[in-house]
Amino acid sequence: MKQLLVFIRKEFFHVFRDKRTLLIMFGLPVVQIVLFGFALTSEVKNITLTVIDQARDVNATQIINKIKSSSYFIVDESAVNYDEVTTAFKKGTAKCALIFPTGFGNDLQHAGQAQVQILTDGSDPNMAKTVVNYLTAILTAYQQEISPGTQLPYRIIPEQRMLYNEEGNGSLNFIPGVMALVLMLVCTALTSVAVVREKELGTMEILLVSPFKPLLVLLAKAVPYLVLSLANFTLILLLAVFVLDVDVKGSILLLFLVSTLFIIACLSIGLMISNTTNSQQTALLLSMMGMMIPTLIFTGFMFPLENMPWIFQWISYVVPSRWYFLIIKAVMLKGLGFSYIWKETLVLLGMTVVALAVALKNFKIRLS
Amino acid sequence: MNAVVLDHITKTYDAGKVLAVDDVSLEVAAGELFGLIGPDGAGKTSLFRILTTLLLPDKGTASVNGKDCVKDYKAIRRSVGYMPGRFSLYQDLTVAENLHFFATLFGTTIDANYDLIRDIYEQIKPFSDRRAGKLSGGMKQKLALCCALVHKPEVLFLDEPTTGVDAVSRKEFWEMLRTLKQQGITIVVSTPYMDEAMLCERIALIQEGKIMSVDTPANVIATFPVKLYAVKTDNIYRLLTSLREDAAVDSCYAFGEYVHVTFRDDAAPDLRAWQQSLAAKGHGRIEVKAISPTIEDSFIRLMNEKQNV
Repeated sequence: MKQLLVFIRKEFFHVFRDKRTLLIMFGLPVVQIVLFGFALTSEVKNITLTVIDQARDVNATQIINKIKSSSYFIVDESAVNYDEVTTAFKKGTAKCALIFPTGFGNDLQHAGQAQVQILTDGSDPNMAKTVVNYLTAILTAYQQEISPGTQLPYRIIPEQRMLYNEEGNGSLNFIPGVMALVLMLVCTALTSVAVVREKELGTMEILLVSPFKPLLVLLAKAVPYLVLSLANFTLILLLAVFVLDVDVKGSILLLFLVSTLFIIACLSIGLMISNTTNSQQTALLLSMMGMMIPTLIFTGFMFPLENMPWIFQWISYVVPSRWYFLIIKAVMLKGLGFSYIWKETLVLLGMTVVALAVALKNFKIRLS
Repeated sequence: MNAVVLDHITKTYDAGKVLAVDDVSLEVAAGELFGLIGPDGAGKTSLFRILTTLLLPDKGTASVNGKDCVKDYKAIRRSVGYMPGRFSLYQDLTVAENLHFFATLFGTTIDANYDLIRDIYEQIKPFSDRRAGKLSGGMKQKLALCCALVHKPEVLFLDEPTTGVDAVSRKEFWEMLRTLKQQGITIVVSTPYMDEAMLCERIALIQEGKIMSVDTPANVIATFPVKLYAVKTDNIYRLLTSLREDAAVDSCYAFGEYVHVTFRDDAAPDLRAWQQSLAAKGHGRIEVKAISPTIEDSFIRLMNEKQNV
């Protein structure tokens, strides 16, 4: 027991005296969270909308004011004619435009029908569609406002509601995914070099000629990283709550418990890599590069797993972060309890046991 | 009882392509200071690793204190001290932390066996808060020796402990080994420096995985079969060339500022006539003297004999 404690203390020294590792450990998650949270958003907000108002009547002005008051658009009325708009589109300075023809209000009031033109940049189809939807919604609303009497005989009004994320906060989808991704990468990468470093530095040679047990080494290597990873997890969670406005709905305790299990699973995979490789470089390549893309793809937060061919879906079953992603979405966003996530938890537990067993079995008690 | 026994040990690498240790049999008595003398690549480290249970021999058996190196590896690991050729302590840990770690790893404390390491540790104690990686070569070796000794091993294996260490530290190191020997610890040490062989009680000369001779250093020298001469002229290179063409010369090799020479007809070489023949070949300032051989002379002679067979 005392041996284990001293061994763990030694590992802590290694970690704290290696500034680069610490930087990776705590720098990477912060950067990732901030990047994914702010830069990688699918929401369309604050788009500059070029408006040419050739009508200059009450109706056009009312519509423009409505658009201005929505948070989606910043209205730019500096352009005066159609040619200026097309040039701006070509230059890329304008992404969408709304044009009121002369006599817009007149047509609307007397003919009962008027036209506006919406121009969008089709090279960015996602945004173009969103803009058209937003503008159509505003126009329809205005249309109903000015004609309260006229009612269609039959109407279907779809009542939309986004469950668990009423505000449509885009970070909500990314945070659990990024948490799974970052923890998985950092934990496996850090432990993947832990054992192989001793081999490379030659310290394994004297370590082997001593009465220690392989399990003791693996445990001692994992403990400091478990502690640091939990600190890391707390940091990510704090960032998510206070910087990205994510509301944690479920039990914090449960969240920490399952995260601890996930971290242990990833550390075990790291140890497995460390015991089967012979250089730190190979280990890092395997754990960083080798794990990065599969984790990114098969966790399921970037691309829906359901749309993938069955073979990829099967591959995704062996990626621990896939299960953790499901767990954390359920607990953090939906506020569900353990009874909803016990299956995923069991899978993670099984993965941990297998990885640890492989790591232990591959621990070489002699030099090869 | 013999502390270390090697019985027909053979070790190859790369699936038998590289022969590192070739049918080596050797015995080291308990309490002995035993030296493995040989150049780099002779197989010294392979032998050490087999004895410290780090490598499995291809053939033969080895035992340390009567325990088999393959079957009883756990028992051996508990009772021996090992200092690898490459500095293998934690460079980012301080002197004191390294020592404490290894003491605890063996289930003991620094204080429990402090008597054993006192003389050595006192020398590096002023630097106990310094990281091991920042120590000088000599101090690194002292620390490594402390770490190998801290659990009071029965047998101490030191693989080239003085390689890359300055002359003064080397001398100090050997004095430490002699003190340790007095405490009853069996010490097996390897070195590529022939002059250090004289400091061992018994030595084994090893070359290309084969043991050429096992004896006390004095006996190794005494069994040098012929008379040895040191020759010096104004141009050593030219001297060597002409000696190699000389039919009377059996062997010649540069040794410091001299060339060591043995003759085919060992009984009565006519030195005066021979010296004149050198002068006739245009050598100046000729100096010839009979000398007593060193371990290195024995080593070179044994090596040549082996190659000629």
